This record gives sequence, C-alpha cells and structure tokens, in this order.
Amino acid sequence: MTVVAESLVLPERRSTAGRLSDFFWRHPRVLLTVLLGPPLLWLGIVYLGSLFALLLQSFFSIDEFSGLINYEFTLATYRQLLSEANLDIILRTVAMAALVTLVSAFIAFPIAYYAARYARGKWKALFYLAVMLPLWSSYLVKVYAWKLILAKEGILTWVFEKLNLIWLLDAWLALPIVGGNSLSVSYTGTFIVFVYVWMPFMILPVQAALERVPANLIEASSDLGGTPAQTFRHVLFPLALPGIVAGSIFTFSLTLGDYIIPQIIGSSRLFIGQAVYAQQGTAGNIPLAAAFTVVPIVIMGAYLWMAKRMGAFDAL
Amino acid sequence: MRSEKTNRAPLGLKIAAAAGLAFMHLPILLIFLYAFTTEEKTYQFPPPGLTTQWFAVAWNRPDVWAALTLSVKVAAIATAAALVLGTLCAAAVSQTRFFGRETVSLLVILPIALPGIITGIALRSAFSMADIPFSFWTIVLGHATFCIVVVYNNAVARFRRISGSLIEASLDLGADGFQTFRYVILPNIGTALLAGGMLAFALSFDEVIVTTFTAGQQSTLPIWMLEELIRPRQRPVTNVVAMIVVIVTFLPILGAYYLTRDGDQIAGAGK
Repeated sequence: MTVVAESLVLPERRSTAGRLSDFFWRHPRVLLTVLLGPPLLWLGIVYLGSLFALLLQSFFSIDEFSGLINYEFTLATYRQLLSEANLDIILRTVAMAALVTLVSAFIAFPIAYYAARYARGKWKALFYLAVMLPLWSSYLVKVYAWKLILAKEGILTWVFEKLNLIWLLDAWLALPIVGGNSLSVSYTGTFIVFVYVWMPFMILPVQAALERVPANLIEASSDLGGTPAQTFRHVLFPLALPGIVAGSIFTFSLTLGDYIIPQIIGSSRLFIGQAVYAQQGTAGNIPLAAAFTVVPIVIMGAYLWMAKRMGAFDAL
Repeated sequence: MRSEKTNRAPLGLKIAAAAGLAFMHLPILLIFLYAFTTEEKTYQFPPPGLTTQWFAVAWNRPDVWAALTLSVKVAAIATAAALVLGTLCAAAVSQTRFFGRETVSLLVILPIALPGIITGIALRSAFSMADIPFSFWTIVLGHATFCIVVVYNNAVARFRRISGSLIEASLDLGADGFQTFRYVILPNIGTALLAGGMLAFALSFDEVIVTTFTAGQQSTLPIWMLEELIRPRQRPVTNVVAMIVVIVTFLPILGAYYLTRDGDQIAGAGK
C-alpha cells in the first residue's frame, strides 16, 4: 500500500528551473509577486509617481518677480485658476466636450445599430474593419486631412460653390461665436474635427450594448402596436444607454485634454489643453499648469463614478 | 414564426449608417489624392494636375528618414517593454485571485483613460525634477507606459479562454511551470500577444501628445508632421508622408484583426 502511495508522488526535481517551478507551486504568493512586481513597479513609479508629483506642484505657487517656484503650501494657484479668464477656458472646453459627445452619439448610433442587428457574416467583418481602420489611423493625419478640407481653397468651399450654396457658408461664417474668417479658424471647424477624430470611439461600445438586445424584444414592441419611434424611445434607447455612456467616456475625456486640434484648426481662444501647454511651456508656470490638469481629472473622476453607477463598464 | 420583414434594415437607417461611414473614410481617401497634386503652395481643390514627383522628393529627404527611423526604433523598444509588462500583468490578473485585482486593471488603463496631456506633463515635470535629461529613452519610457494596456487587454482576453484543466493536465504529466509556459500557455496566447504587439507598435508609432512633452531635440515622425501642420513649409512632402503614415498604420491593424478574429474579443476594441 505504501509503495503505491509513494510512486504517486514524483521524485523531487533536480534542475534549477524545476526546483524554482516547484517552489512557485508551493508558494503562489511569491509567484504572484514575481508576475505583478515589474508592471506594478513601472506603472507605480513612472506613472503614478509623476502624476502625484504633478498634483503636488499645484499646491505651490510661482513668485511673480523671479519666476521661480515657491515651495510652500498655498491655495493661491487655485485662486488664480478660478479667475474669470481661466473659468472661461474651462467652461468653453467642457461645453465643447459635451457637444462633441452628443453629436458623436448621434452619428455613431445608426452605424452601431446596423452593425449589431442587420450586418451578418462577411458584412459584419467588413463593418468592423470599416470602424477600426479610421479609429486607429494616425491622429495627425486625420487632423491634416481636415486642414485640407476646411482650407479656404479646399474641397468644402468647392463643393459649396458647385451647389451654388456658397452664400450659405458665408452666412454661417458671418455668425458670431461659431463663425470666423474661414472654417479652419472657426469654432465650427474645431468642432467638426473633434467629432471626426473622437466619434469612432463611440461606435464599438454602443454596438456591444446593442448586440445584447434580443431581436424579439423589438418585435414584441411592434407587435404590441409600438411605432418605430416609440420602440426606439422606450426599448432600444434605454438598453443602449450604458453603451453610449461608455463611449462618451472616451469622446468626453479625449476632447477635454486635446490641445493639438484647437491649435491647428480653430480660433485663437484657448482650451484647457492649450492652457496647460502654454503655462508649462512659454509661461513657465508649472503650478498653474498642474492646477489646470486637476480640472479634467476631477471632471473625469465624477464622470466615471456616474458611469459606473449606470453600469456602463459592463458594456466596455 | 419570424417574419422576413424585420430582417431588412429600414432605408433611413441604411442611409444614416452609410453616411456615417462615408464621413469616417472620405477624409482619409483625400490624403491619397493630395499626395499626387502638382500644387505646391496651397491646398487647392480640385488639384490642378497629378504627378508622382513628390515621392522622389520625399525619398531624398534626410530629415524625413531620420524622423521615420527614430519613430520605428522608439515603437520597437516600447512595444517590447509593453509586451513583457503587459503579459506579466495579464497572467497575474487572469490566473490568480488576489486582493486589489480590480485596482490593477484600473491602474493599467489609467494612462490612456486620462487625457494624454496629463500623462505628458506629469512625466515631463518628473523628469525635470529628477534631473533626467530628455533623450531617446525618455520617449520610450512614456510610450511603453501607455502601450502596456493594449497588450494587457489582448492577453487578458486570451488567457480567459485557456481552460485551466489544460494547464493542470500539463502539470499532472510532469511538466514543470516553465515547460508548461513554453509548450502549453505560449502557443495558446502567441497570436494574441502578436496582435497586441502590433497594435502597441501602431499606437506608439502614431503618438504625438505625450511625445511633445518627453522628447528633447529629437523629432519622431508625428512631431515632424506636427511642425509641418503648425508652420507649413513643404506641403507636397507632408502630403506624401501623411499617405505613407496611413499605409504603415493600416498594416498592423489588419494583421491584428486577422490574428484574433476567431476570438470572442477582438484586438483593438478599445484604443
């Protein structure tokens, strides 16, 4: 009896690798530490470390005469952040991000719905690639393409001319706020490019949410006499909402922090990202730049907390 | 009985979806047209004529080549680092249960969930506080940080599909942990890692926001393009470079798609 029992246990391994592997098997905690150590050290030190160092600096202030950082705890920088000019920047950015998110959802929904419910087999794969390729293609190239399109001598003006609608474009550009000398130096231009660049991030989460809506739920709604509009309002939209919220995390956050698009296509009025860039670069006011970065972090924190409560993360 | 009618898309939906897709693709196609234009000074449409001479001009530009080489080097090293760190993290999160597992996932995602400018400026001020001069390696450091999540996402999705009994069987048959990794786990996760690596490469190759903060005098290809965007000097060369960038980033995306398309989760679902 004992002989059988002993033969069931393998002899101890002789090689170093074998011993090490046995050791890990007996001490799973050690294995876990070895696996998690390097990535956590990297992210913890490189990423979180610099993030905290940055946030810490927002509690310092800058000496107005010498331009050096005064390393004493103060809330003066935050008082400066809440000045009228800076609040204006924050409000402008948040309003733009909210508008971009709404319009992105509006454009993304039909694409996501078609892909989730009607596209099958080869078409489904094609749809997927048709969404993925623009999503992943180069950010700068996309912005560049719009610089070509929105330029005064570019394709958009040409199209309006061919359609004899150039008066419409001129009338739009003559409007206050949204207008400007040409589309490429107006808020309208900034807005279009923001939507173009971030909208693809909305499609996949919405599609994921819609894939989970059983087709017979929609049939049941129309069997019970619901018009397509009612079905959308009471069945489809509530079920797609977590997906829209999940997608809006990307569109909202990415618009909040962007500083390149408004710099290249837009008016001279600043967005949060540009303010951060200007404060840390030419102005050399790192504390104020740090305080500015706190704004998107706080907004996104609140947003993520709300999204989590709505169950948006299940749709990711 | 299911009626045939409900399986056909309403016309309005078809038009809206087609218009949305056209909105996404036409601007990129326009880049291809402009690479051949004879116009040098403006963005005139329609192009007055078509030529292929700008390809030769771009080919002979040392600054474009230098930027391209730097971008490829940075992307290659950042991808390698992200592959190791992302796989380790994915293995730990999917194969074991421990306190704070959710936090680890959050920590990995954070570098791309927060706006890039925050990551960029945080790294920059940390480098200057620690007196680290900006160099090739500071760019790599930044890129690897946000590339980890791409590899991690792909690897976690694949790890979830490996049945635990496969690993137990290997161990029961006398393989040690390293042999199990080499002969059982690696062949199973190989394509997912390749896909994740390709996507990480594409992400790093294209990154500009963090790079503007972590690069000193070096210019990667996106930084070269950014300078051209702010102060256009050689529009025809920029047109050609833009077209090449589109092609170079499309290949890894297509590759990653074909490597992972049988899976339940397809690579790159979240950038």
